[in-house]
Amino acid sequence: MIELQVNGKTYRTSAPAERPLLNVLRDELGLTGAKYGCGEGQCGACTVLLDGRAVRSCVTPLRAVAGRAVTTIEGLAPAGGLHPVQEAFLEAGALQCGYCTPGMILSAVALLSRNPDPGVAEIVRFMDGNICRCGVYPRIIAAIRSAAARMRRSA
Amino acid sequence: MMAPGRAASETLMDRRDFFRALGGVVVVLTVEPAEGLQQAPGARSGAQQTPREIAAWLHIGEDSAITVFTGKVEVGQNIRTSLAQAVAEELRAPIERIRLVMGDTDRTPFDMGTFGSRTTPFMAPQLRRAAAAMREVLTDLAAERWGCSRERIVIGDGMVKGPGAAQTASFGELTQGKRILKEISDAAPLTPAGRWSVLGASRPKVDGAAFVTGRHQFPSDLRLPGMLYGKVLRPPAFGASLVSADLSEAQRMPGVIVVREGNFVGAAAPDEFTASQAVAAIRAEWKLTPQPGAGELFEYLKKNPAETQGFGGAPRHEAGSIEQGLAAADHQLRQTYTVAYIAHAPLEPRAAVAQWEEGKLTVWTGTQRPFGVRSELAQAFGLPESQVRVLVPDTGSGYGGKHTGDAAIEAARLARAAGRPVKVVWTREEEFTWAYFRPAGLIEVTSGVRRDGTVTAWEFHNYNSGPAAIRTPYSIEHQRIEFHPARSPLRQGSYRALAATANHFARETHMDELAALVGMDPLEFRLRNAKDPRLRAVLEAAAEKFGWSRRKKDPGVGYGLAAGFEKGGYVATCAEVAVDRATGSVRVVRVVEAFECGAVVNPDHLRNQVEGSIIMGLGGALFEAVEFEDGRILNPRFSAYRVPRFSDLPQIEVVLLDRKDLPPAGGGETPIVGIAPAAGNAIFDATGVRLRSLPLVPHGLKT
Repeated sequence: MIELQVNGKTYRTSAPAERPLLNVLRDELGLTGAKYGCGEGQCGACTVLLDGRAVRSCVTPLRAVAGRAVTTIEGLAPAGGLHPVQEAFLEAGALQCGYCTPGMILSAVALLSRNPDPGVAEIVRFMDGNICRCGVYPRIIAAIRSAAARMRRSA
Repeated sequence: MMAPGRAASETLMDRRDFFRALGGVVVVLTVEPAEGLQQAPGARSGAQQTPREIAAWLHIGEDSAITVFTGKVEVGQNIRTSLAQAVAEELRAPIERIRLVMGDTDRTPFDMGTFGSRTTPFMAPQLRRAAAAMREVLTDLAAERWGCSRERIVIGDGMVKGPGAAQTASFGELTQGKRILKEISDAAPLTPAGRWSVLGASRPKVDGAAFVTGRHQFPSDLRLPGMLYGKVLRPPAFGASLVSADLSEAQRMPGVIVVREGNFVGAAAPDEFTASQAVAAIRAEWKLTPQPGAGELFEYLKKNPAETQGFGGAPRHEAGSIEQGLAAADHQLRQTYTVAYIAHAPLEPRAAVAQWEEGKLTVWTGTQRPFGVRSELAQAFGLPESQVRVLVPDTGSGYGGKHTGDAAIEAARLARAAGRPVKVVWTREEEFTWAYFRPAGLIEVTSGVRRDGTVTAWEFHNYNSGPAAIRTPYSIEHQRIEFHPARSPLRQGSYRALAATANHFARETHMDELAALVGMDPLEFRLRNAKDPRLRAVLEAAAEKFGWSRRKKDPGVGYGLAAGFEKGGYVATCAEVAVDRATGSVRVVRVVEAFECGAVVNPDHLRNQVEGSIIMGLGGALFEAVEFEDGRILNPRFSAYRVPRFSDLPQIEVVLLDRKDLPPAGGGETPIVGIAPAAGNAIFDATGVRLRSLPLVPHGLKT
């Protein structure tokens, strides 16, 4: 049995230690906010936070997360509320189909926790592993900058 | 009067009796449940009648909640929002009260599919007519209730008011949750664009919060009780047929169900990992047949005409005499252009959950053609269409790539054998290999131009990629334009804007070559040959915003433009590129695009579509190509198939021309067609190197 800390709750799973975290989140815990996009850590749709850092859950084996705090999009804000990055995505209209959105938001949260005021070049560098096929990139950059400003004001 | 006590008498009346009972009242109410909308029994796809009664499209609940039924699906184009706006506008109701049921074959009227930019010009007016007809019904009911003339009834903010101070009723109080069977008139009084208050305004995505919180359930997210996960055995190459399959090892795995039906072999298991292992444990022998390779592709397309016309429509256009046109020219030019196969690569791969219950099949799947997939399923399993239901939750994009029901059929086959619901989600590699591609194509152009810049002759032959936007929007006296369907070595199908991208690339590159040939400015050259005022308007708007006439000629920098027309939309694109001749690197650094598609329905969402089209189009313009050999796809992964990322992003400026005097056209496709030729023309401007193949610089600029 492996013990997982996800969104502040403890789960135990009998899944093998090599099983990707993504599969367990989605199929065992019913946390489908993290998406499958490529299975090779190339698109960022499966991004979750591991101790606050963005990781690709499709290439993260369970063994690597035991005893560490996993945050998925479902746990980013208290139920019924929105994280400032989620609010900023809505306000900037930074989504079309929305499939990449949870991964984009969690990557952005990880970026802003490292640097509360990233410039465009840093956003591009940090977010380059997240693919949006609808091409909403300019709006995502705008949303991240707006969320950063909002979070700095309330910090 | 529709007094509450009336409902009891409705139960056993047939519709005609009920008309009579109501006398002059235009409203017809029945007690059929609103949820039970069905297609006419035995009606066949393709010959479907558009339902004429309001209830097929629109229902008002007793609580005044408004439910809209449309066979269209949401794949990121934000029509759930724009169609809600359309109904809110005509029904004078708050958009928050409107909920759309989309792409559910049991509940929504037949629809061919969500493609061809047809939602805005066709579905939105249909729903607006239904809502306007409902508004008339509400007016009639209120006038009867309060015994006043219709003219004294005012509907606004989702309420109905009469002349008296206390005369206020909600929609639900008037219609009492009944189905309204009044026929929708083609002459339903629609609100003109000049008086729009909800349409024409930027409204946020109606259920955006469900997406940013991860709450929305995409097709691949769905789970049913007792559901198994399915995987399918794939051939090693296109054209391979199954000779034998040893299933024994897979069958011995606990909890695994293995299915072989003809060439179909698959497995279902309690989790996806086990299902994959089971399929991997199947020992299959395949017979391969030789397949054309990428090296001979364009020759192959030209030498292998297809017998069917394909893509529909008459593919040939003639005007004047090409020979005469060429004779009248000072210069002639003959060039060949090619485009590669590219993949849609929707971030959500094909996915389906299938469930059999007492012989009835229900499938939730991501598709742009729910009714088409219903037909595919009915055919595959020998069922009447009435025994198949397809539902499409808002899906992780499509771009023309999700027309077929492959995953739906696979899930249904496995679910039937397992006796339990089965989910199939394609892997990225499956999506890159076994979906279908944007067609590759070969385009030959022969033209004549006079020294003054007038194009006198235009001959244009497209092999395989398609006839969309094949006609030139320029006014040229002598034309011969032809589409030649071919046998494609790879499975091919729709892609955002279809062949409009290929045809615009060839046409607008060739126009640029002609401008250079006569030494004219590319903008001036196009304006000389463009008579259509809408085409001229977008060209002038884009050039103005871009600063075309003030552009600076620096080393390594180039500027290009392109323009065109398709599906009711006009587009002009200006691009600036930076080229490093030493390394061969090419970057599109700035793009200005002007777009006009009639009256703008939602400016922010239209901008979003235009921006997204430019960015998606950059991939096919610069580097995307499906590589293949011997029937195998060589780059079926995001690590090998490059798509646009944040770091490819140019500065983008969008100019929307809002023509309130013209009906709205779709905006999700046409804005993609300009970027490839604009970028190619800019590379020529920067370097003098003329590129005539898409992608332009998959490995940088090699000279």
